[in-house]
Amino acid sequence: MEDNVVLTARGITMTFPGVRALNGVDFTLRKGEIHALMGENGAGKSTLIKCLTGINDFEAGEMHVAGIDGPVKNHSTRDAQNVGISTVYQEVNLCPNLSVAENIFIGREPLTKLHTIDRSSYNKRSQKIMDDLGISVDVTQNLENYSLAIQQMVAIARAVDMDCKVLILDEPTSSLDEEEVEKLFKLMLMLKDKGVGIVFVTHFLEQVYAVCDRITVLRNGTLVGEYPVEELPRVKLVAAMMGKDLDDLAEIKGESIDLSNAEMEIEAQGISHTGTVKPFDLKIHKGEVIGVGGLLGSGRSELARSIYGADRASTGTLKVKDKEVNIKEPIDAMNLGMGMLPDDRKAEGIIGDLTIRENIILALQAKTGMFKKLSKAKQIEIADRYIDLLSIKAPSPETLIKQLSGGNQQKVILARWLATDPDFLILDEPTRGIDIGTNTEIQKLILKLAGEGKSIMFISSEIAEMVRTCNRMVIMRDGEKVNEVDGEITEERVMHAIAGGDAS
Amino acid sequence: MNKNSGNASFFAKLKAWPLLLPVVSLILVMAVNIIHDAATGINPLSFFIITLNETTNSGSILYGRIIDILNRGSEVAILALGMTLVVSSSAGTDISVGSVMSLAASFCCMLLAGYGVSSTNELAVPLVVGVLGAFLMGALCGVFNGTLVAYLQIQPMVATLILYSAARAIGLLLCNDLIVYVRNPSFAYFGSFTGPIPTPIIIAAVCIAIVALMLSKTSLGMYIQSVGINSKASRIAGLNSKRIIFMTYVICGLFAGVAGLVNSSRITSADSNNVGLYYEMDAILAVALGGNSLGGGKFNLAGSIIGAYTIQAITTTLYALGVSTDQAPVFKAIIVILIVAIQSAPLRAYFRKRSAAKALAGREAAKA
Repeated sequence: MEDNVVLTARGITMTFPGVRALNGVDFTLRKGEIHALMGENGAGKSTLIKCLTGINDFEAGEMHVAGIDGPVKNHSTRDAQNVGISTVYQEVNLCPNLSVAENIFIGREPLTKLHTIDRSSYNKRSQKIMDDLGISVDVTQNLENYSLAIQQMVAIARAVDMDCKVLILDEPTSSLDEEEVEKLFKLMLMLKDKGVGIVFVTHFLEQVYAVCDRITVLRNGTLVGEYPVEELPRVKLVAAMMGKDLDDLAEIKGESIDLSNAEMEIEAQGISHTGTVKPFDLKIHKGEVIGVGGLLGSGRSELARSIYGADRASTGTLKVKDKEVNIKEPIDAMNLGMGMLPDDRKAEGIIGDLTIRENIILALQAKTGMFKKLSKAKQIEIADRYIDLLSIKAPSPETLIKQLSGGNQQKVILARWLATDPDFLILDEPTRGIDIGTNTEIQKLILKLAGEGKSIMFISSEIAEMVRTCNRMVIMRDGEKVNEVDGEITEERVMHAIAGGDAS
Repeated sequence: MNKNSGNASFFAKLKAWPLLLPVVSLILVMAVNIIHDAATGINPLSFFIITLNETTNSGSILYGRIIDILNRGSEVAILALGMTLVVSSSAGTDISVGSVMSLAASFCCMLLAGYGVSSTNELAVPLVVGVLGAFLMGALCGVFNGTLVAYLQIQPMVATLILYSAARAIGLLLCNDLIVYVRNPSFAYFGSFTGPIPTPIIIAAVCIAIVALMLSKTSLGMYIQSVGINSKASRIAGLNSKRIIFMTYVICGLFAGVAGLVNSSRITSADSNNVGLYYEMDAILAVALGGNSLGGGKFNLAGSIIGAYTIQAITTTLYALGVSTDQAPVFKAIIVILIVAIQSAPLRAYFRKRSAAKALAGREAAKA
């Protein structure tokens, strides 16, 4: 092992039932560096961290830690702490009702000669630790009296005090405001100077460039590469994360129809949802397909959800067909002619134990009301129509939806919304996990619906899909609407916009 | 050959019938009766015999073990209706129904007798006021439980534990710590006879019919199951999950009120400490015996009703077998264990595997 390396992992492989989460991933952490671990959701970042910290038992591969002979394999977070690897998660897992000092020493309290807890000693020691780290707190106060950022720092202080060589910070900034993030960065740089190797997981690109020395990129459970931060500008980082080379992207969309004079369907002004989407303005015309682009976790789903009322908007006004409306619950949006196909099919889409027929008519029935039950004949007719239209492969409309494949389930949910005949349909990742043929059908369907004068909001991780179907694209980054791409939409322009470069 | 395949499909259909196990359980209990009767030299079919007997004060009434089971099982059947919906929508149970029965009965008798009166032959208010009072009190308790569970999102068992322990005490408070006797034939009607038929049977039938009608004429049934299976997805699809859960608790409370009325009418009094005692457990058991998952979601109302009468059949059978009232719960427990075990997923999987293995062996043998 090189002198300045504190942790190496080679060929780490981990499989979950049906998924290869990590496939021979290498990772090297040096002394006194801040190393960003990047990748889209599902790329394997969390799995890798869990392998390093002993939460997951990796199946193949080897791990070495500086100062320890032979390969290391952790079976619990305690094992990991014993070899000097500490982790601080996004959710602070400390006890808010204990004092700061108690939190720092919980489980390893200094004892007096009588084997009682030596409070004065650990209060003093805690105060010193916090002072050394430049955090001004009264360690005898309960943790809950301090802001989330301070709590996070207490968690870090606890980790650092346990003589850690490797500090893993898993999305530590996602619930912090800018000022708090600054404080955290200061602390990270200080630890870096002390020689701690820090693994930093975040989906905020700016933050990577603000503090990191190196970047390791994962995609679909495999290593894309390790780069010094100077050699990987934003656009290239995004390309590496998405698996697209910018040079390959020459596809140009055909003529776009000018809809700027068309009737207004949706007009959002200053809509936001605390913690996920910053206030945004958005206008959607009748018959328009609007794409929402951005990395996973950039707030693109949340933008749609705050319009639909799935997450109730905290601020802003919404106009539907030029009338100001107040949407509290999804049913309000539905009554205004909206529909939303959520991205998490299993958690928010299918009603597993109900039949295909019931799943299809559910939204329509909810809209018509409990006392106006659709007759069984009508239900069957509707179900049959959409099973036919979307060529849903199922033995019968009375088959339980949970018995269908993912793609067919998705079509059933799509049918559910088409059955309500919406004017504005939000499709969040409608093509995820769907085979190529169906994928094309869905894209064609989107264009057809738009041709019928319906407005569609199309959210997808596949930029190519959106480029092909959208009239206009909204780009999200870090929960903020940062750009709009219209006119001639190309993948290149979109990716530049996502990465934060110049869209023009 | 043709006949054979016809048979196979009949069995396949039978196997897929959701009520198969509840019905088999009920038949098993009946079989015990038949065997016992045969062994003791009585007509083996005496279990099924219904006779019209003359009585001195109720005229001619139907008499027989089946009638007795239907009659005595009424309260649990009524409770099981509401309980089924609650279990389906919220994946929890309403353990307050027994106490709510008692509270509703106390309120009803207090209205009928007047506050502080311990025994009366004359009604203080028209009968209908008392009856509606019982229903209203039941529904009110349901509103309380529903608010806690649906809107404050308190664990159903914890939320309903409040009225489980408090409702009887509130009932005593309403009755000024007395057992209120309402010795008036018009009040006794709900626990006695309509012509030759015991009134509780009719009341239970009406309740069952109302719920069945509600489920078939409105989409409430689908809403409840949808919310019970996946409340998040139901909300996105436009259902008001909270309101639906709330409604099931109100319905459950209302039926507890009805059951309370029947139960107190049988003894023409409101004995706060004894009306509906342990009925919540029987109601929950009825739902489970009916093959419903206590984890919520899909429900089968007919199963719960059969379950309710199965419980009563067990009790009646034990008495017929000469088991004393004190020991009956032990035997009841044993029978329940058996029935629940037959329906448990691991055992069913085991039997499926065995029958599959047998079928395979049979085919191999045929080939050889």
